[in-house]
Amino acid sequence: MEFAELIKTPRADNVVLHRPFHMAVEGTLCLTGHHLIFSSRRHDNAEELWLLHSNIDSIEKRFVGSLGTIVIKCKDLRIIQLDIPGMEECLNIASSIEALSTLDSVTLMYPFFYRPMFEIIEDGWRSFLPDQEFELLSSVTDEWRLSCINRDFSVCPSYPPVVIVPKSIDDEALWKVAMFRHGSRFPVLSYYHKKNGMVMMRSSQPLTGTNGRRCKEDEKLINATLRPGKRGYIIDTRSLNVAQQARAKGGGFEQEAHYPQWRRIHKCIERFNILQESLIKLVEACNDQSHNMDRWLSKLEASNWLTHIKEILTAACLAAQCIDREGASVLVHGTEGTDSTLQVTSLAQIILDPRCRTIRGFESLVVREWLQAGHPFQQRCAQSAYSNSKQKWEAPVFLLFLDCVWQILRQFPCSFEFNERFLIMLFEHAYASQFGTFLGNNENERSKLKLPQKTMSLWSWVNSAEELIKFQNPLFEANSLVIWPSVAPQSLQLWEGVFLRWNRPSKFLDEAQEEMINIIKYNKQLQAKPNLCPDGRRGVCTAGLHGKEKVETLRLCMACRTLLTGVWSFDTSSARDGSTVS
Amino acid sequence: MEHIRTTKVEQVKLLDRFSTSNKSVTGTLYLTATHLLFIDSSQRETWILHHHIAVVEKLPLTTSGCPLVIQCKNFRIVHFVVPRERDCHDIYNSLLQLSRTAKYEELYAFSYNPKQNESEQVKGWQLIDLAEEYKRMGVPNANWQLSDANRDYKICETYPRELYVPRTASKPIIVGSSKFRSKGRFPVLSYYHKNKEAAICRCSQPLSGFSARCLEDEHMLQAISKANPSNRYMYVMDTRPKLNAMANRAAGKGYENEDNYSNIRFQFVGIENIHVMRSSLQKLLEVSGTKGLSVNDFLSGLESSGWLRHIKAVLDAAVFLVKAIAVESASVLVHCSDGWDRTSQVCSLGALLLDSYYRTIKGFMVLIEKDWISFGHKFSDRCSQLDGDPKEISPVFTQFLESVWNLTEQFPQAFEYNEAFLLQIHEHVHSCQFGNFIGNCQKEREELKLKEKTYSLWPYLLEEQKKYRNPLYNPDFSPELTLLEPNTVSFNFKFWRNMYHQFDRSMHPRQSVFNHIMNMSEQNKQLEEDIKELEAKIKQRNGQPDAVLVKEHQQPVHPAPTALKTPPCFKKEQPLIPVNDAVRTIEGSNAADNRYSEFVAEFSKAEPAVVSLEYGVARMTC
Repeated sequence: MEFAELIKTPRADNVVLHRPFHMAVEGTLCLTGHHLIFSSRRHDNAEELWLLHSNIDSIEKRFVGSLGTIVIKCKDLRIIQLDIPGMEECLNIASSIEALSTLDSVTLMYPFFYRPMFEIIEDGWRSFLPDQEFELLSSVTDEWRLSCINRDFSVCPSYPPVVIVPKSIDDEALWKVAMFRHGSRFPVLSYYHKKNGMVMMRSSQPLTGTNGRRCKEDEKLINATLRPGKRGYIIDTRSLNVAQQARAKGGGFEQEAHYPQWRRIHKCIERFNILQESLIKLVEACNDQSHNMDRWLSKLEASNWLTHIKEILTAACLAAQCIDREGASVLVHGTEGTDSTLQVTSLAQIILDPRCRTIRGFESLVVREWLQAGHPFQQRCAQSAYSNSKQKWEAPVFLLFLDCVWQILRQFPCSFEFNERFLIMLFEHAYASQFGTFLGNNENERSKLKLPQKTMSLWSWVNSAEELIKFQNPLFEANSLVIWPSVAPQSLQLWEGVFLRWNRPSKFLDEAQEEMINIIKYNKQLQAKPNLCPDGRRGVCTAGLHGKEKVETLRLCMACRTLLTGVWSFDTSSARDGSTVS
Repeated sequence: MEHIRTTKVEQVKLLDRFSTSNKSVTGTLYLTATHLLFIDSSQRETWILHHHIAVVEKLPLTTSGCPLVIQCKNFRIVHFVVPRERDCHDIYNSLLQLSRTAKYEELYAFSYNPKQNESEQVKGWQLIDLAEEYKRMGVPNANWQLSDANRDYKICETYPRELYVPRTASKPIIVGSSKFRSKGRFPVLSYYHKNKEAAICRCSQPLSGFSARCLEDEHMLQAISKANPSNRYMYVMDTRPKLNAMANRAAGKGYENEDNYSNIRFQFVGIENIHVMRSSLQKLLEVSGTKGLSVNDFLSGLESSGWLRHIKAVLDAAVFLVKAIAVESASVLVHCSDGWDRTSQVCSLGALLLDSYYRTIKGFMVLIEKDWISFGHKFSDRCSQLDGDPKEISPVFTQFLESVWNLTEQFPQAFEYNEAFLLQIHEHVHSCQFGNFIGNCQKEREELKLKEKTYSLWPYLLEEQKKYRNPLYNPDFSPELTLLEPNTVSFNFKFWRNMYHQFDRSMHPRQSVFNHIMNMSEQNKQLEEDIKELEAKIKQRNGQPDAVLVKEHQQPVHPAPTALKTPPCFKKEQPLIPVNDAVRTIEGSNAADNRYSEFVAEFSKAEPAVVSLEYGVARMTC
């Protein structure tokens, strides 16, 4: 086993662990191939800490005499400190952690070794297949088809094997369109708005170059999504300036002359290292408790994080508005179509489609719009806020998306089936996980790595009844409406659950949350109580109605009480009430 | 009424404050003796109390008419466009007159009648009894007594008649000390902590200049520290920045010299003065009122306004005070310059952190009556109830409420009241609808005969206390006895959107967890009662269980009809902020609340109607 070579000192005693909100505790440190394990020796209250090496973002070591100290900064933003007696042990451990947390080979990652301790009821790898999605679609429209042109990933390496395209466009045309789009990411269906039949498509930039190349098939493909006489909108997630500059490198944007039925709107969403810098600055600001108010606010501002949130949300609202309010179809793309494009298309769906606000629907959205759509998770999430590698491909694109979802969740706290914990869990697993779901950069890589066969899917675990309950929002009341969030700066907030999580005890907030859940539970109990009503019609009372209707049920029950006693005081209205019971 | 020249103007436009495309609704503007009323074409009403108007501005004539901008003390800003300049001018002049009252007797409270009879009015004023409150704290006792020195306001006009002082402080000491303190505000008891036997005392700055001293004042402080058997030394907190305090010495005022007073620990805590606070709020409102504001402009504006820095300073000072009492069992004497602004903030917040009673609805009223009203916070001047010196205006009390709001955010279960309660109090501090906050001190209030001529706010709030209850409140919430230890790291302080954008509904969450829970817990209570009643009825009908009842149902008997309770009917959502009385309704909402950016022009149609909000409740589009 090659891990053994990397672990020179597998175990150290008398190590002191410091971590947020806990007293320093002494214990034993063990290193295994994938975990750093610390267990306290105190018998009364044995504590264990298991930390995945892949969760470690960076480590620092320093010495005072022979006492070494290792500071471990994690991708979930937590910082822990280990005081290790003995210089040699400390050095060995530090270098092991460093090596084990930066393994090159994906197949050495923990998901390939992890064996689940829970019973698998449903294989998450098969929970969200494109065919199922298409089946749903074909029940409402027959204008689309499933194309297997990318069966062996030969047309577009970052697309899934099957994609949904307009029925009138054959695979031969798709070939030509693929040649005309960056990374061969030709326009595919992202979302179908049942209410008015409008659609959202996504792609990468067209390769017009400086001489204004055009591609008839490309024009035909996207025009195929328009109703006669209707216009569509192209949302380019770059500024006009950036889009124009892209032409010099062979990229570009759709020229009005060739796409007369489309209006182009440029919305600038930042990408790559600008976002990573932003995350680093934000976390730095949050971690320094000594900042006075002015410094805190200016650091928060300088991070630009909330500016990015506002930009992304604004673009998503714009796309949703085009579809729902303007009754127009939309094509979204930036340069590669793997980052800002996906932020916009997925958030627009959360605004428009109530299904995406359920747990399963959201999972399906993450699978469709992020995993299958080829967001390069492995590159983007290689490092987090404590990174010092400064690689261009590292960027918290997915975290920004989750933050935007959290902002909408805060504004519509009763419209989501999942809670904040669910979003935080996804953030953690995107960066370090025992599951294979977020490994690889696209479906092509995942199939080569044989992830479905060799690793466990995150969804198998999340969707087990035991886990699911932790992620449910007790306030959820399904609503079929479009939810428009406010994007005013006064309405946006720092996501404390992620960024202040390790800096501020949340005991009182958690307790309040618990109390809230208790009130809701108690309410449900009371609602069920009228079944006491002993008139032999209890079946109606337990009809499993929700919310408002439950209240009605109670009224009916109260009515049967009045019926019960009400025969004495005969009253037509209560009699009528009573009759609705039977 | 003589100020009103035009009572009604039609075809007036109300502009959307934040719309970049100048969206508006058209309606009719009415001017009454007490209110300005706008009714739009969909019959939505916007009421503005004249006393709430802070600034009326007439902007230059435009093609669509004459713009009239009204800024209110409750942070509502309305922007009207009146078609004819003459009408606009008339309204402008009327409002100028009506919003600037010259005499107390012209304030709304003197004409407001909530349909109470005289005895109800008297009872209302007796609701809060400060003597009772001091008794609750545990004074008088072996060390503290009620002093009659100020019974006729002879020693200090701005103090209440009844003051508590150490037993060892004789009248000559009191008189001597008061002569050495600015405006005669000598050290008196504000809060007594029974368990620690420590006291919060308050006063104004000493007239020490560069070297003056006063033996009686020194005795007075010694008496305070001796009244605390558990600790020999006491703290003297000067809530001003050191520089300000030093500058005061040149004017013969200043701060205590540690060498002259035995066993005191002197500490500056650096809260800025009323002028700094006034301009800070001004800057904050300028920033938050900007159209098309970017995140960075908002954050840098927030920073440069200094507002949150000041809130933090106030709370930090209170935390310092509380530590002295809770950790060291030391008594603390708090003062600033005159001892009615910063001192009131720090003493009342300190007491609120120490004593859970002040976190109840009634207790909070008592706290305000004690540390703010009775000790002479100059509500009239600070809120400019009368037309006076604009330099006296300052949001000192607003800062107190905001500090409390920050605490409710950190300790969601520690307070019996909710945000709406704080907002409603803020509303009425400025409304002059009730007598409580009128005038600058108790003496003045007595002269105005407020208790005979006006009504008290508190019974009115208690009556509708359902709206102000925190459904998560846990009376046993008491980490370490009843002490709250807030975290004052900068990132804990947030912009209070519900205060400064109270009337800009598009900015608020569309569904309120709080309302939801509040209604649910209301409903729970109702259900509990109903179930109890139902069960009792069943039992009463015949002591037997189910089977018999079913039988009875089949063969009904005919007893005398019992009063049938109407079936409970539950409202789904209640408004968060709106507390509807005649004085206050919610601003006419505009459709299309959200301005995602300037892309509107891209569309062929006008700006699409997006979301409109009724009372903070989500209305989403189908």
